[in-house]
Formats: sequence, C-alpha cells, structure tokens
Amino acid sequence: MASGVKPRVKVPKSASAGEVITLKTLITHPMESGQRKDGDGNPIPRSIINRFTTEFNGELVIDVTLEAAISTNPYMEFEAKVPAAGEFKFTWYDDDGDVYEDSKAIKVS
Amino acid sequence: MQLTRRDTLALGLGAATVALLPFQVNAAADDAIAAFTGGADMADTGVTLTAPEIAENGNTVPISVDAPGAVSIMVLAAGNPTPGVATFNFGPLAGAHTASTRIRLAGTQDVIAIAKLADGSFAKASSTVKVTIGGCGG
Repeated sequence: MASGVKPRVKVPKSASAGEVITLKTLITHPMESGQRKDGDGNPIPRSIINRFTTEFNGELVIDVTLEAAISTNPYMEFEAKVPAAGEFKFTWYDDDGDVYEDSKAIKVS
Repeated sequence: MQLTRRDTLALGLGAATVALLPFQVNAAADDAIAAFTGGADMADTGVTLTAPEIAENGNTVPISVDAPGAVSIMVLAAGNPTPGVATFNFGPLAGAHTASTRIRLAGTQDVIAIAKLADGSFAKASSTVKVTIGGCGG
C-alpha cells in the first residue's frame, strides 16, 4: 500500500448542455518504476498506478493504461462532453490491488 | 568510371542500409508497436504529439497527444528501459480526443505516439526530446 495517496480533481461547477469541458486530475503517488536501486544496490520493486478511468453517469470518458514511465504524482488532463447534469467518477487502480476513487458533480445551466 | 558487378552490389547494399537506418527503434519498442497495430501501415498525419524540444529534467516531461477521431492513442519512449508510457482509450463521452500528462525519459530519445483511428487505420507521430538529466534513477 502506497501511503498518503490523495486524488485531486478539477471539474467546473457548471456547464451548458453538450459543452466540452477540460478535466484535470492529479493523484499523489510515488510511481516507483522498478528501475531504481536502494542504498544496498537491491532493486526497489515496481509499485505504480496501472490504470485510470473516468466515467460520467456510467458512460466512459477515458480509460488510460499507465506504465512505469509516467511521472510521480500522475497528472492527466483531458476533455469530456457534458450532455446533462450528473457526476464524474474517477478511479485509479494501484499495482497492489488498491482502488482510489473520487467523484465530482456538475450542474447544467 | 566503369562499374563492375561487385561495385554495383556494394552500392545497393549501402543504399539499403541507409534507407533502413531511420527505422531502427529499439526492439522492445518495435514489439510494442507490432502488438498495438498488428503490423498495419501507419499514416504520417492524423495524430499530433506535443513534447518539449529540450527537457531539463527527465523525471517529469510534459507531453500531450491529440488525434481527432481516434479510438485509442499509445505513447512510447523508444529509449527507456521499458518503452511503454501510456495508452489512452477514449469513450463515447470524450470531448476531444486529446490528453496531456507528464512522463519520465531516461535520456535523449524519440517519443512516439500511435493513434488507432475509428476506421481501423493507424497514424504515427514522433518527436525527439533532448534530456539534460535522465529520469530513471540508478
């Protein structure tokens, strides 16, 4: 279990129906690549977030497969269409089986 | 100058080697590309990869990919110990087929983006990034 994992998500509070908005997400995670060695020369085992998905009212927006070459504290910026009011659900899947979730509601004006 | 048959052969071989050189990405990256495209041809237009020309710190290099009408985009770093970087799969609610993230680069190398378009064809873009300090520890 990677400690101190905290997801952060930036979603506008409201949008007009059908508008395309930009979503920004960041999660604190060491993303240990498995390439580094500790002080005694032993390799540090890989521990990364390997998958990230975003859904809006159950419909998929983006599904990203992450590899070891993604930087510490993975940052993702992408765009989504908002057909109606609802909730964005963000999910991160850790190598060790942990799942981190966050959700943000958006209003349609 | 009279060309003997031997000379002609040597010339041909030389030309073939030169023509092949730009395609010499490392073998692991080639495998990853083959697995993604199934060996299909790739167009040179249709996907845009934005990466800095010079990255001071290889630990966090901002990149963004954009491919209108893409189903998924795979990003590779040919010079990393493991070439895979990320694969973006777009769902029905993706506003634009674009994504930005930050990646690690072990050293100066080519970053490659391959987009799978809705009609099943593939497009490729690559960009060379100069890295001052590598980002793979060790």
